This record gives sequence, structure tokens and C-alpha cells, in this order.
Amino acid sequence: MFVTYLRRELRRRMRQAIFIALGLALGIGLVITVVAASAGVSATQSTVLHSLYGVGTDVTVSQPPAAGSGGGPHFRIGGGSGSQPKSGTSFNRDVLIGAGLGTLKSSSVTTVAGLKDVSATAGALALSDVQLSGTIPSGGSGGGGPAAGSGGGSSSIKSSSFSVTGVDLATGSLGPLSSGTITSGRNFSAADSTANVAVVDSNYAKSQNLKTGSTFSVAGKKFTVVGIVKVAQASSAANAYIPLARAQSLAGMSNEVNTIYVSAASASDIPAVSGEISAALPKATVTTSANLASEVTGSLSSASSLANNLGRWLAVAVLVAAFCLASLLTVSAVSRRVREFGTLKALGWRSRRIIRQIMGEALAIGLVGGAAGVALGFGGAALVQALAPPMTATTQASGSTGAAGPGGAGGGFAHAAASATHTVSVHLTAPVTLDAVAAAVALALAGGLIAGSFGGWRAVRLRPAAALARVE
Amino acid sequence: MYKLTGVTKDYQKGRRTVHALQGVDLVIEDGDWLAIQGPTGHGKTTLLQMLGALDRPTSGTIEFGGQDLAAMREGQLTQVRAASMGFIFQTFNLIPTLSAQENVEAALVPLGVAAGRRRQRAGRALADVGLGERSRHLPSELSGGQQQRVAIARALVKQPKVLLADEPTGNLDEGTRDEIMTILESLWSDLGLTLVVVTHDSSVARRAQQIGLMENGRLTVQAPAARRAP
Repeated sequence: MFVTYLRRELRRRMRQAIFIALGLALGIGLVITVVAASAGVSATQSTVLHSLYGVGTDVTVSQPPAAGSGGGPHFRIGGGSGSQPKSGTSFNRDVLIGAGLGTLKSSSVTTVAGLKDVSATAGALALSDVQLSGTIPSGGSGGGGPAAGSGGGSSSIKSSSFSVTGVDLATGSLGPLSSGTITSGRNFSAADSTANVAVVDSNYAKSQNLKTGSTFSVAGKKFTVVGIVKVAQASSAANAYIPLARAQSLAGMSNEVNTIYVSAASASDIPAVSGEISAALPKATVTTSANLASEVTGSLSSASSLANNLGRWLAVAVLVAAFCLASLLTVSAVSRRVREFGTLKALGWRSRRIIRQIMGEALAIGLVGGAAGVALGFGGAALVQALAPPMTATTQASGSTGAAGPGGAGGGFAHAAASATHTVSVHLTAPVTLDAVAAAVALALAGGLIAGSFGGWRAVRLRPAAALARVE
Repeated sequence: MYKLTGVTKDYQKGRRTVHALQGVDLVIEDGDWLAIQGPTGHGKTTLLQMLGALDRPTSGTIEFGGQDLAAMREGQLTQVRAASMGFIFQTFNLIPTLSAQENVEAALVPLGVAAGRRRQRAGRALADVGLGERSRHLPSELSGGQQQRVAIARALVKQPKVLLADEPTGNLDEGTRDEIMTILESLWSDLGLTLVVVTHDSSVARRAQQIGLMENGRLTVQAPAARRAP
């Protein structure tokens, strides 16, 4: 009787039932879409941070460059100290130089690793490989030779550079390569620590026509490509990665690193870890993922604000409106059936049986609305994913493994110094999670229960005689 | 069956108090057929509602089978109605979305009768009133007389102790009215029902064993007529 009565009654007021269900569906669909968009923005922000930090990194430690440490590197060409090379002298240099970042002792990595709440550390050395070749022009500079960055009016001096980062092979899950995926060959192994092997960024490999097994020069030494890595899109990715010990040796920076990657024991320990590192290394710059996240600007940041603020409130407002509408229409439908319920009471139906009937009708509408809302939510999320333009995220990241070339002002081939601005372009996703679907179903049931409660109360508050006296 | 003592019922209509019943005393024995006649608005339906525990009196006692309905809680009254009382209304009051069979079954739902047994009893009740072939029809697909017969079947399917009818022929034409009253009369005599019929129609009232006259909330019962032979 319960199901039959429910089915027939909903069929009788099909239009109203559909209207209520659609209202609920709209509210629930909007909530799911906004939740999915928020989740997508969060995931995208994590991707951005990972591309800058590497997966698993909670804190980075770096050292501001020492005062007066700007200016380009100098290359000694011919002659001794204090003597000038003759014009017309040919030269060819390939050197590995610092990226204009301050350095820390390798022992600092051990110091940080020993701190409480630190689960792992890895050091890295960001460098630039600068190749300079050509002929000394007439009226060459004093001192050791031309500075990188000097023009000298010579068109016969050629220069190129690419970024190289020395990675700590002992902690492969942490560091600049952690957010990358090996697409060809292999990653480093412990046995590679003193070998002339490299893992090359996929974009750089493509531009230089490098494959697994190819060789290229780093600081004048022949390095073999053992793997190609695809790193999350970020201008902070290096062109090539080599073992840290080789990088330190070739750059003449033994026992030096310029970034320490730190993983905390848990997310809640990050502030404490940050404080401990600052205490242990007072001159270092300690940056947490939260610091970096707060510096992210660009359309991704705007999307995050939009989803979290306007989007959420809009979804809540529409949902509340849908609940109110469902309740009002249910109460209205119940009002038109007061005499019917009076008759049932006269037949001996208890109030709770009548309320159960009304709530069953309201819940059935709520479930239909919920199902439609979930479908709408999936559709909305898919639309967001399909139609969202690529988003940009820009951060001023000091201490990041930047693609910085030879520093210093002026010159035809100098560019950004230690404090790099990194812009990442990412595509927004909008994943619909099981939690969101479960929440939607719960909301639909809640909507049905609220509407049914109002209607039920309305139905049973009258005495049978008063209900029977109602004119419909 | 019933013993009413000093029953009054007052309603508030704005600032005015309407005295619908004024000190009604009444005794209805088992198997009696009482017709309550009177002009509109003089308290006939209100009295029927008291007898049917559909409303509570302002004062007085209403004994039904030895129990005072006026003192019972709502839940208890619902149980009494479910088990012992059948109702027939002027406007039939069938559930529009349920078929004739399902309308009759609705009276058995509160008694916890199993679905199969419910269907059986409802089918038999409809057959008894001559509507066995219309069991699947919705009320909108039945004539007024047929709808009232479904209502009679619904009232009787639970084998009540008393049948309370409020203007059962009020919405029917003359021919159908006689048909319905003939059915009620035969049920009263065959089943030994206690029957209380509220009507303004003298031809309906004349069929009853006793006639009560309701005027300005007061009831005067005339001497009982002789029982009709079955």
C-alpha cells in the first residue's frame, strides 16, 4: 500500500514533483561542480608547487647571495694573471658556474637531517654551463679576459648556456627530480655518484636532439644521457641533471649546495621544522610550501578565490533556495490533500503512518533530484575542465632551482639573477570525488526530509473533524 | 453501544462562541438504527463526529462499549476508529489515486492485515455491494452511486461494530439514493449492525428504526418505529 500510494500520488502531481526535483538537482549540481572546481584548483596549485619544489618537499633552505657577488663570471684566456691576451687569440671555454645563488655547506644537509620532525633531506646545486668561444677582438678588456656579459663590439664571440643541477642520489624521492617522470632510459642509481652521466629534461633533449645514450659536454667533460625526464611544466626545471658530487667537482664547489630540500614527518610539523632549521642555520632563508603558495599570483590564484568564495556561497544560496522551494511546494501539495488525510485518520490511520507516507513522497523526489544533481554535477565539472582556459601561476621564488644564467647587468647574453620569477601554465581539472557524490546524496535526502517534515506536520496537526470539513 | 451524557461542543468563530451541541443525552443500543434529522447548521454532523471520535466534546461523556471516548488520548481514539467504526461521507471521500479495491484495502491497513488477506477481503466486500467487476477502477471512473458503494464496502470490510453515515445520499439522484439506502438497510438487518445516519432527507430518515431531531444543538429522539422484517 505504501509504495502504491506513493507512486500514484507522485504520478498525479508529476509536474510539481519534476519541478521540485529539478530545483534540488540544480542546487546539488552546483555544489558538486563548485566542490570539483575547488578540488581541481587545489590539485593544480599542488602541481604548481610540486613543479617548483618537487613532490614530497615541505620546506626548502637556501642562502641569499653574498653582497657584491653579482657580475658575470670571468674567463681566463691565455697569458698569466695581469697580462692581456693578444687580439686575434682564439678561445673555447666550457665552464660550470654557480647560478648566482648563495651556497650552503654540505654539512648543513646533515645538520638539518638530524633535526626533530625531519623525515628526509636532500641537497642540490643549481649551476649553469656556459660555453664561450671565438676570437679576442682588438682592444680586449684588461685583466684575465672578457667577462661574460661584455659585448666588446665583437661578433666573433659565440656563447651559449644551459642549466645544470647536481642532485643528491642518496635521497631519490626528494629533490628537483621528484616531480618528474622518466620517459626514456632510467633515473640515477647509487652507482652513478661519480660517473659522468646525466638525466636530461625532455624539452631540452628535444631541442638539442638528445636521446638516451647520446653524449654532450658539461664543463668540457663528456656526459652520457642515461635518461630523459619530463618534469611538471615549470620554468624552474633544469635542462640537465648530473650527480651532485660531479657537479661540485666540476664547478669547483666542493662540499657546497645551494638548496636543501626538506620533508617533514607530517604536515602539522612543518611550522616546527621551519623554526628548527632557522635556529640551526640563522643566516639561511627557510621557505615552506605555505609561504610559496601565498606568493602565487596569476589566473590560478584568481580561480582559487573565485571557487572558494563566490562559488561556494553561490552554491549554498542556490541549495538553500531549492530546499525552501521543495518545502513550500510540499506543504502546498499537502494542504490540498487535508481532507484526504482526514479520511485516512477516520479510517484509523495513525498520524505517523500519514507522515511516513508524505516523507516517503518527499524523499522519492529528493532522491530523483539528487540523482539528477549528481549527473548535472559531473556534467558541470566536465564543462569546467573542457572550457577552462590554461591558467597561469606566477611566484617570486628565491632559492628555487632556477634556470639562471650568468648573472650581472648588461651584456648580450646575461639574464635573470638569483631571485627568479617563475611562471607556470597549467590546465585546470575538476575531479568529482566519491565524497562529493556522497555529500550530494546526503543533501538530497536532507532536502527530502526537510520538505517532508514541514508537509507532515501540516498534515497531522488538524483533528479529523476539522480536516474532513476542509473544502478542496 | 453508546451512552452520551450532557455532551456539549463549542466553537470559536472570531469573537463569537458557537454552541454546536448543547447538553446532548443519548443512548444507542447494539443493533439500533438511528436517523438524525434536522436543518443545516444545527449540529447533526457535529454529533456524528462525537460519536465517531473524530472530535472531542467541550464537556460531557461519550461512552462507547463501556469506554469514555472523551477521556481517551488521540492514539487510543485512532485505534477505536480503526477496529470498531465505519464511516460513510456525503462526498464519498475516496482516495483519488487508489483504485476501488485499494480504497477498500486502506481500511484494513491500520489493522495490520497481511497484503494477500487484505486483497481477498476487499474483493469480497466489493462483490457484496455489486462492484466486483469494477475493483480496478479509479474513483474518477465510477458514478456517484458506485463511489458510494465503494465507500460502503470500505466501511464494512473491517466488520465494524457501528456504521456512521453523514448524508450518505446527499450527492445522489433519487434512484441511486434508494439503491444505497436499500443496501444499507439490508446490511443493517443481515449483519445486526448499529447504524447512525445523519440526513436532512425525510424519506431516508423514515426508513430508520428511530428518528432523532436536531435543533439548535439539542437532540430529541422520537419513539422507536417497529423493526422491519428482514
